[in-house]
Amino acid sequence: MNNNENLVEVKDLKKFFPLRSHFFSRSKNYVQAVVGVRLDIRRGETLGLVGESGCGKSTLGRLILRLEEPTEGKILFEGEDILQYDAEKMRQLRREMQIIFQDPYSSLNPRKTIGSIIGEPLIIHNIGTKKDREERVQKLMEVVGLRPEHINRYPHEFSGGQRQRIGIARALALNPKLIIADEPVSALDVSIQAQVLNLLEDLQNEFHLTYLFIAHDLSVVEHISDRVAVMHLGRIAELARSEDLYRQPKHPYTQALLSANPIPDPTVGRQRMLLQGEVPSPINPPSGCNFHTRCPHRFEPCDHEVPVIREVEPNHWVACYLYGPNP
Amino acid sequence: MGETDNLLLKIRNLHTYFYTDDGVAKAVDGVDLELVEGGTLGVVGESGCGKSVTALSIMRLIPDPPGKIMQGKIVFGGKDLLALSEAEMRKIRGRSISMIFQEPMTSLNPVFQIGDQISEVLTLHEGLSKREAWNRSIEMLKMVGIPAAERRVMEYPHQLSGGMRQRAMIAMALACSPKLMIADEPTTALDVTIQAQILELINRLQQEKGMSVILITHNLGVIAETAQMVAVMYAGRIVEYTDVRILFATPQHPYTQGLLKSIPRLDQGHGRKERLEAIPGLVPSLLDLPPGCKFSNRCKYVFDKCTEEPPLEEVAGGHFVRCWLHIHS
Repeated sequence: MNNNENLVEVKDLKKFFPLRSHFFSRSKNYVQAVVGVRLDIRRGETLGLVGESGCGKSTLGRLILRLEEPTEGKILFEGEDILQYDAEKMRQLRREMQIIFQDPYSSLNPRKTIGSIIGEPLIIHNIGTKKDREERVQKLMEVVGLRPEHINRYPHEFSGGQRQRIGIARALALNPKLIIADEPVSALDVSIQAQVLNLLEDLQNEFHLTYLFIAHDLSVVEHISDRVAVMHLGRIAELARSEDLYRQPKHPYTQALLSANPIPDPTVGRQRMLLQGEVPSPINPPSGCNFHTRCPHRFEPCDHEVPVIREVEPNHWVACYLYGPNP
Repeated sequence: MGETDNLLLKIRNLHTYFYTDDGVAKAVDGVDLELVEGGTLGVVGESGCGKSVTALSIMRLIPDPPGKIMQGKIVFGGKDLLALSEAEMRKIRGRSISMIFQEPMTSLNPVFQIGDQISEVLTLHEGLSKREAWNRSIEMLKMVGIPAAERRVMEYPHQLSGGMRQRAMIAMALACSPKLMIADEPTTALDVTIQAQILELINRLQQEKGMSVILITHNLGVIAETAQMVAVMYAGRIVEYTDVRILFATPQHPYTQGLLKSIPRLDQGHGRKERLEAIPGLVPSLLDLPPGCKFSNRCKYVFDKCTEEPPLEEVAGGHFVRCWLHIHS
């Protein structure tokens, strides 16, 4: 079972959030955030996860860290089912997996100094003496490109890009194996975005990190990822190596996303594949393939049965009836 | 910049400052811009570069205090907007010039039906009766592609999705067929598939109505696909101004070059982990700018001349650059 190549294996993962429509009402509705996702994250790779708002990509990231409890399914980390872990074992495991958040303003405690923010994981996990910890924090600040002498400053004294570096240093403090980066550059200015992307790549090479990189910006994801998974309404629509996905997108949703992404070159006259209508609600998703309401290629089977994701070319997985019926 | 006959808007030497507790923030510090009738001007830059303040200055919506338009001219259809009284300005806003914002939820009033909000513009500026205005509102919603407009017109903003709200905002902005629409990051809060729909809508309506558009954004892809002329702003100044094709083919200012190189691109080379050429340093604070060229502390070509502020100079026909590297005299 334990495939050593995979750091994380996610099996048939589901997360439904109950909605209370009325205080006295009985019938419950659910937001179907993640609906039966199967995904492997290989050691040392960057797996990109793209999709539009509300597609469940952030929930999937939080489920892998067990910041949310899944409704159903399995999560294996280095071959072990972490959903069986008790609180103490889970606390130990958190040293191995860390998260970087989107908003560098709300994810740092404004009343704590940079030093204590970056050093907090070390205290929680009882690592080293006070002096060791301070040295480690200064080292981390240097690694992410902050000036170690700023260790006693507060978050408001830093710009957005610098704050994101603080968040990255905090995530690195315990030498994790896996870092889940949830939209780490979307709040940053273009020129700063590139600095942070380069930093993430350097750190990956230096510390042999594995990334799950969650973002809505296709060009950023393509740039940083080895493989990319495209999510639509809680399901994976397509999963392939980055270059294959961008050169030969197979799922109509991936094709639409790529064609909607504006290209910074005015000489490229493009036929744009414009989707009609709106993103369906995850509370009441369409039957069958949940993309069928917006799909230009929909045909007979699409609205009654969910297409199963399958490998149509080596390492290229698609959930779409255009590539054959369900096995 | 050259003089053309069919200019709709001409901004000369605009200075808009904000008086804060920490000092004077020169948000717009000497901006010249112009826009021909029916044209689209893209204004691009990072946070704090003054692009939104330029737009708000045109609308004369700068909160005073702390902000103040210090000097300059904004000539729109032959009139200097900065010389008008508030009452005269109110007749122009929403009728001849209208504006749409990034976050449609905060710019629509949550306690009024969509139809009421569009009707208000029409009764105020066009003197329509309530009934006529309501019917025109339905037409407007249809024009911007809102399905079931007869039902939607009675809904409240929270009942619409983000893309639909932005469409409703555009319907309101276009209700009086303005000559100029200013769109300040109109698609930044939207998903890419919805962004594509909204940009297409703006392009279509512009062609149908012969309206001029100022599109403010940080997204170079959106600029490339929408604008004809582009102004790149940095620290309250225009650093480069030219035709969109020239800008993307032969960017001259080191900042423009840096911006174009620092974005990952889908259409070029799929070599993963090719390093991006990031611009070093931080986006500048307006309260703490370097002397001389404002980009000099991040520029890789900096030399002794850069301690002096360069003028915006025409380096080739219609191509203006604010950089000593390109000024030969």
